[in-house]
Amino acid sequence: MGSITLKQVTKSFGDVQVIPPLDLEIHDGEFVVFVGPSGCGKSTLLRLIAGLEDVSSGQIDIDGTNATDASPAKRGLAMVFQSYALYPHMSVRKNIAFPMKMAGMAQDEQDRRIKNAADVLNLTDYLDRRPGQLSGGQRQRVAIGRAIVREPSAFLFDEPLSNLDAALRVNMRAEISDLHRTLATTMVYVTHDQVEAMTMADKIVVLRAGNIEQVGSPLELYERPRNRFVAGFIGSPKMNFVEGAEAAKHDAHAIGVRPEHITLSKTEGPWSGTVGLAEHLGSDTFLRIHSAQLGELNVRTIGDFQVKHGDTVYMTPDLTRLHRFDAAGLALY
Amino acid sequence: MATEHSKSAARFMIAPSVLLLMAWMVIPLGMTLWFSFQRYNLLMPGMETFAGWDNYYYFLTDPAFTAALFNTLFLVVGVLVITVVGGVLLALLLDQDFWGQGVVRILTIAPFFVMPTVSALVWKNMFMNPVNGLFAHLFKALGLQPFDFLSQAPLMSIIVIVSWAWLPFATLILLTAMQSLDSEQIEAAEMDGAGYLSRFFYIVVPHLSRAATVVILIETIFLLSVFAEILVTTNGGPGYASTNLTYLIYAQSLLQYDVGMGAAGGVVAIILANIVAFFLMRMIGKNLDA
Ligand SMILES: Nc1ncnc2c1ncn2[C@@H]1O[C@H](COP(=O)(O)OP(=O)(O)OP(=O)(O)O)[C@@H](O)[C@H]1O
Ligand SMILES: [Mg+2]
Repeated sequence: MGSITLKQVTKSFGDVQVIPPLDLEIHDGEFVVFVGPSGCGKSTLLRLIAGLEDVSSGQIDIDGTNATDASPAKRGLAMVFQSYALYPHMSVRKNIAFPMKMAGMAQDEQDRRIKNAADVLNLTDYLDRRPGQLSGGQRQRVAIGRAIVREPSAFLFDEPLSNLDAALRVNMRAEISDLHRTLATTMVYVTHDQVEAMTMADKIVVLRAGNIEQVGSPLELYERPRNRFVAGFIGSPKMNFVEGAEAAKHDAHAIGVRPEHITLSKTEGPWSGTVGLAEHLGSDTFLRIHSAQLGELNVRTIGDFQVKHGDTVYMTPDLTRLHRFDAAGLALY
Repeated sequence: MATEHSKSAARFMIAPSVLLLMAWMVIPLGMTLWFSFQRYNLLMPGMETFAGWDNYYYFLTDPAFTAALFNTLFLVVGVLVITVVGGVLLALLLDQDFWGQGVVRILTIAPFFVMPTVSALVWKNMFMNPVNGLFAHLFKALGLQPFDFLSQAPLMSIIVIVSWAWLPFATLILLTAMQSLDSEQIEAAEMDGAGYLSRFFYIVVPHLSRAATVVILIETIFLLSVFAEILVTTNGGPGYASTNLTYLIYAQSLLQYDVGMGAAGGVVAIILANIVAFFLMRMIGKNLDA
């Protein structure tokens, strides 16, 4: 149980419409990720689902019943906040117990669930500490623990990893994915981290200014973006767009080539340019190339490709993976 | 920052002010102690003799002392309860969004800026006066006998007057504390199924405990020495019904001209204040630890 359906949902703050009419279907057990640029309404959408904001119009169904006017507690969802929102004056145990205490659950059942959650999340040694005495990653796990003990029909995460350092983020990413596999509960996850979206999601929802630009599996979005916005947003480094004569050759207003789909050579190729910035990461090399005919291009190549600023290089795009767009920015297939 | 060098430099720099403060404190304290062992009456200047513990003995065995001690405690505790509870409720109200919020907030703070003598006189003459006071008119309008607050319930009346003056202070501090509560915590509690009352008692009240501690400590210091309100309203009476320690000391030294006994009372008051401070810190001081 944990399907969520949004029907023609809108949200305005005063005169500003942040979410124009929006439809979305989240199936039971799915891991859905909302991505989009800052301020596009990801958090707002999540809070609408949680019931922390009222919809301006439209309907939200949870498990097939209309939950539009239900209070947050009645929706059976659990949320993990970006700031963790732990209760600072309560021990970890009490934090985790709080939702169960509010539900009036029997003490031995509470203890059993706390023990389970602590085992799953490696919190057993910290149960009697206050949140202030924990590291960022441990706090994050307490917040998740507080969410799982309620056995909600769906979890809502608002950028839960953005306060963690890179290494910890990789760990927690794996832990949340594991959790999703074990619990098989619906998860809705907001992020603006490409990697989190691509690696964790069953389904990515790309938002721009409150509009859904595309919904699909990570690879679908990567391989068949519906328009230039999605094409540019998914994938890192960003896709290169070329307009004008070169695009006309392919019967399109603009063409897009991903940096990893360009083969570099020092001797031959249809496109040429001079190396601007060269970033040698060891495993890969990212180059910014100035081309007189095409403009600026990002290219990704193998780690030991030896070039430096000012060298002339030749590029061959992989024509089978070329994206074509019309004047309105929609993809042509 | 905290190198040996900077520490000794810092000590050197603050030494003058520490010395000044010490002198400021030690000299009056020393003089009080000295006078408290003297037989020193203002009606017979120049006749001071050493009195031993006599001043203390007579001060502590005076029935007025026990009365004043309990009055002081009632006054402090009463005002603390009213201002902290009332302050939390007012802060909850002022924390809401409503039209004219800014003006209302300033008006709520206003009583704090009224001098104690002025506010006590206003209360005495305009509210509590049994003939002309607003309350008297109110009682008469309801067909009741006007109640003479200051002579029939003098201590309660003074508690009300002092609470009125301190309520804004408590409200202000508690309101800022309330505004610093992370809204995500409230939302998390809401999602966890906590209703309004649960959120208030489990989230808001613990969050306010530190600010409430500050309010209680600061108010206690000032409430132990309430004086002007008593002087201008009841003069400590009827009998000793509204005499607190501070007022008793004043009465001893300046109404009965017995400086020695007044000084002994002062020393007793210092000791009592320290006992109160000790218990207070034991009870609620832990709220101040981060
Ligand atoms: N309470 C509010 N009142 C008015 N406008 C708001 C309110 N909350 C959000 N907005 C506006 O709604 C828009 C969407 O905000 P939202 O927080 O959903 O963005 P977001 O996609 O989560 O961004 P980020 O990635 O930076 O967290 C923003 O333009 C924001 O200014
Ligand atoms: Mg956000």
